[in-house]
Order: sequence, then C-alpha cells, then structure tokens
Amino acid sequence: MLNYISRRLVLLLIVVLGVTIMTFALMNLAPGDPAEMIAMARYGLENLTVEEVEHIRISEGLDAPVWIQYMHWLAHALRGDFGRSLVTGDPVLQEIIVRAPATLMLALASLIVSLLIAIPAGIISAAKQNSLLDYLARSGALLGASMPNFWLALLLILLFSVTLGWLPVFGYGELRHIILPAVTLGTGLAAVSTRLIRSSMLEVLEQDYITTARAKGLREGNIISRHAFKNAFIPVITVIGLQLGHLLEGTVIVESIFGWPGLGKLLVDSIFARDYALIQACVLLFAVFFVLINLLVDILYVYLDPRIRYEKKG
Amino acid sequence: MSVFKNKLTLIGMIIILLLLCAAIFAPVLTPHNPNTQCLSQALKGPCSDYPCGTDEFGRCIFSRIIYGARVSLAIGIAVTAVSAAIGVVLGMAAGYYGRAVDEIIMRIVDIFLAFPGLILALVVAGLLGPGIGNVMLALALVGWMGYARVVRGTVLAEKEKEYIETARSLGANDLYIMFRHLLPNVIAPVIIMASVGIGYAILAAAGLSFLGLGAQPPTAVWGSMLSDGKTYLQTAPHLTIFPGLAILVTVLAFNFLGDGLRDLLDPRLKDKAWNRG
Repeated sequence: MLNYISRRLVLLLIVVLGVTIMTFALMNLAPGDPAEMIAMARYGLENLTVEEVEHIRISEGLDAPVWIQYMHWLAHALRGDFGRSLVTGDPVLQEIIVRAPATLMLALASLIVSLLIAIPAGIISAAKQNSLLDYLARSGALLGASMPNFWLALLLILLFSVTLGWLPVFGYGELRHIILPAVTLGTGLAAVSTRLIRSSMLEVLEQDYITTARAKGLREGNIISRHAFKNAFIPVITVIGLQLGHLLEGTVIVESIFGWPGLGKLLVDSIFARDYALIQACVLLFAVFFVLINLLVDILYVYLDPRIRYEKKG
Repeated sequence: MSVFKNKLTLIGMIIILLLLCAAIFAPVLTPHNPNTQCLSQALKGPCSDYPCGTDEFGRCIFSRIIYGARVSLAIGIAVTAVSAAIGVVLGMAAGYYGRAVDEIIMRIVDIFLAFPGLILALVVAGLLGPGIGNVMLALALVGWMGYARVVRGTVLAEKEKEYIETARSLGANDLYIMFRHLLPNVIAPVIIMASVGIGYAILAAAGLSFLGLGAQPPTAVWGSMLSDGKTYLQTAPHLTIFPGLAILVTVLAFNFLGDGLRDLLDPRLKDKAWNRG
C-alpha cells in the first residue's frame, strides 16, 4: 500500500511538472507579447508607450530565456510564492485562497444533489428492473449524460429566475444563490451515478448471499438496504472520486454563467486576461487537487473492500 | 431491454444521417443566408418566415443552426479521428513491443489521465488563441488515452495467439503484423469508443465556444449562439432554446449509436465505457 501511495505521489510530481512546463511553453508560443499585454492591462491602451512595455519586460523578468523564467517560477512556487497577478498586482496565492471556498462549497453541494438523485433512482431502477420507473430513470440518465451543462444552466435560469422569479441568477453568500449552480452540476453527475448504481446493484442482487437472505424470508426492503446496497456502493465510491475531477471541469463553465466567484471562473478570466502567473497557479492547483482526490478515493476503496490490494500492478 | 436499445440505436442512426444531410446540403435547406443581417427583423420569435426566430441582428436562427451542424460535425469527427489515430498507434506499439516501450507509453497515458481533460483543453485552446483549429488541437490532445488503453489491452491478448506466431515464422515484419493482423482486432472497440467520442467532442467543443474560444463571429457555431443568446434570455428565450436543443439531440444521437454498437459488437464491454478514464 505504501509503495502504491509513493508511486502515486511521484506521478503527482510528474503531472505537476508536465502541465506547468506545457503551460509555460504555450504561453510563449502564443501570439502576442506578454509584456505588452500586461502593460495594456495596467495602463490602458491609450497610455501605452514603448518605454513602459520595456520596463515591464525587465521588471517581470520576461526578457530572460523561457527555461530560465520557468526555473525561476518553479523555485518560487516551491516556496509557496506564485508571484503576483499580472493584472491586479495582488499576490496570486491570496487570490486563490479567497476563491477556493466558493468552489469547494459548490462542488460539495453538487455532489449532494447528485447523490440525492442517483441513490434512490439507481436503487429503484435496479430493484424494479424493466418497470416503468426503471425506464424513466434510465431515460433520465441518458438525457442527463448528453445534456450540455451550460444549456441546462440557461434553461434553469429561464424557468426559475426569469419566468417564476423564485431564485436569483447571480449572487453569492446565501443558500438560494447556490441552488441553481449546484442543481446544474449535480444533475449531470447524477446521470452517470444512477447508471452505475443501477448496474452495480443488479450485479449484487444476483449473488448467492442475496438468494440466501431471500430464502431466510427477509423482507425485500431489508435485503436491498442492508445486504445489497452496502456492497453495491463500493464501485460507486470510485465514480464519485472521478466525478469530483469532472466537477472541476464543470465548475469552469457553470461558475462563469452564474458569476460564481470560484476558481473555475478565476481560471477562465485569467485565460482571457492572459494573466500568466494566475493561469500557472490555477493549473498547478487543479492538477494537485485532481491527483490527490483520486489517490484518496483509491485508499478509501481498499479500506471499504478488504479484498482489493494494490501490490501488483494492474 | 434489447428492443429498447435497438430502437434507440436506430433513432440515433437516423438522427445522425439527417444531421449529415443537413450539414452537406445546408445551402439548399436553409431559408435564409445564415450571416445576412436584417435589423428590422431582430429578435423575432418563431414564425412561418423564421422557423426558430431571429437573433439580435435579425439573422435566421434556423439557418444558423443548420450551418452550425457543419462546424460541429466537422469538429467532432476530426477530433475523434485524430484522437483515435494517436491512440491506436501508441496503444498498438505499447502492446506489441512491451517492456520499455509499453512502460513509457502507459506512463504518458497515466500522466494525461491525471489531469482533468477539459481544463487542459481550455488552457491549451485559450493560450493558443481563439479559433476552430486550436480547439480541435486541444481536444485531440486530451482525447486519445482511452483508445490507447483499449488497443493495448486487445493487442496484448491477441499477440500471443498462434496465427501471429505463424505470420512471424513466415517472415512477416513487425509493421506488417501490426497493421495486417492486429489492427482488424482493435477496429470494433475503437469504433464503439469513437461513436460516443464524437458526441463528447461536440459537447466539449460547444462548451469551449460557449466560453468564447472556438470559431469567431460571424461563423455560426452552436456554443457561441448560446452564449450570445443568454443576454436576451428575458425577452427572446428562443435564442437560447433552439441551439441548445441542437447540441442535446446531436450528442444524444451519438450516445444512442455508441450504446447500440457496444451491445452489437462487444457484449462484454456493456456499461464499461461509462467508467471513462
């Protein structure tokens, strides 16, 4: 197990180096002069002079070769110093720390929404296989998996904000603000989880110990809740882990639509502003978060199901 | 069960055929030029002249959706073809040569899988600058790993079989064995993955163009039509409803097709493809 964890941590290191090097290379391949962009962001288009651009080039270290710039950045990043936002001038780390709670809250709320839908839907769908409810759940899951989340967000706004006037479109801080973004992200996740819980439940319901439980005369509800669901839920844990990663992807678009002040919106804004220091830090953070979540899920998996061992490579 | 599935597969195929026809014959099928502005007709709801209404410039939404199908399908097919090609070549090399080659390629796969794909695509496309080409490049870059894994697995199982041994003893070289004997074995799973993959690529591309990457105005693209429409959500919801419906129906059709093909070509893979990555 320790061996496995250390291998994964090495992978984390490689991933972080890989994506940051790639981001760095892309920044330098991209059209446009970074120094000029920063100058434009700070002083506006009218007041732009060649001297100011050159001044920024030197003060931001943009005149050095790319790989020196990267080593310089890496050395600072390792000490927790991600530089300053090229646009606002604030420390990047501070900006990220300010934004992180919003994204974590949204991710958690979406996960809760998705499980509230997927667990009952998946169980009923499996317990009453081929019934009307099963078809409904499966059609819903198919629909949800193909639904563009940005469109769903707009439809929800159209219904609940514009037409009914029940919920606000923008805002942050109160419960009613998180409902629409969390439902948008949560239903997409629920589509995948429902399918998985269903097939996992179906598999477990065919096991001998379920037949035994039935033969003992246990009530069907009891069998499903106490014997089947516990075992069926183990693979679901993995998917929840994978989903957390995909939640990150979802937050990028959903946060932009709802003006949710989280990391996803920060990343999109920084890409459009070409705020290189901020982009680098976001990319690094997303990589660390994604790999750690997956590692955590794998460890949890072993803990929940003692039959699983990671000693041998798959 | 199978009736449900087969019907859906058929529906998926019909929708995809209709979409292809719409994309190919767009100039004949559209009532208006997709880029002609007619400000006196701006923001009209659906009517007999404009089946899906008009946008803020008085352009026909229906015509723009039809032309948008060209862009969407082109992106979906091109991205998937490139991803699949990369995946097949690398997966086959990993499975066939084994040892160091296998180790290196599969570790690269791990690295790519250890980062959320859409975010990587967003960063790549965003930094390279807006444009369809950059979006396609970014999506292909993050889409090949699944193919590589499946192809490697299949090749690993297949290369030990006797006919490969026979081919080798008859003097066939590695490339010949890979492309003549091993490739046919991987075609079925690759096609299944590709049909779902096209839908996924269309969805991802729409998301990126919704954010403002992808094709630039005035090109009609579903994703950017949606993001233009959200300004007028209050007064003209048809700007939002119809392009979104087009994306949903298209992605749904490719998912139906993928599901059906999976059952048809490889019953063992059932439900496995949902565990993406």
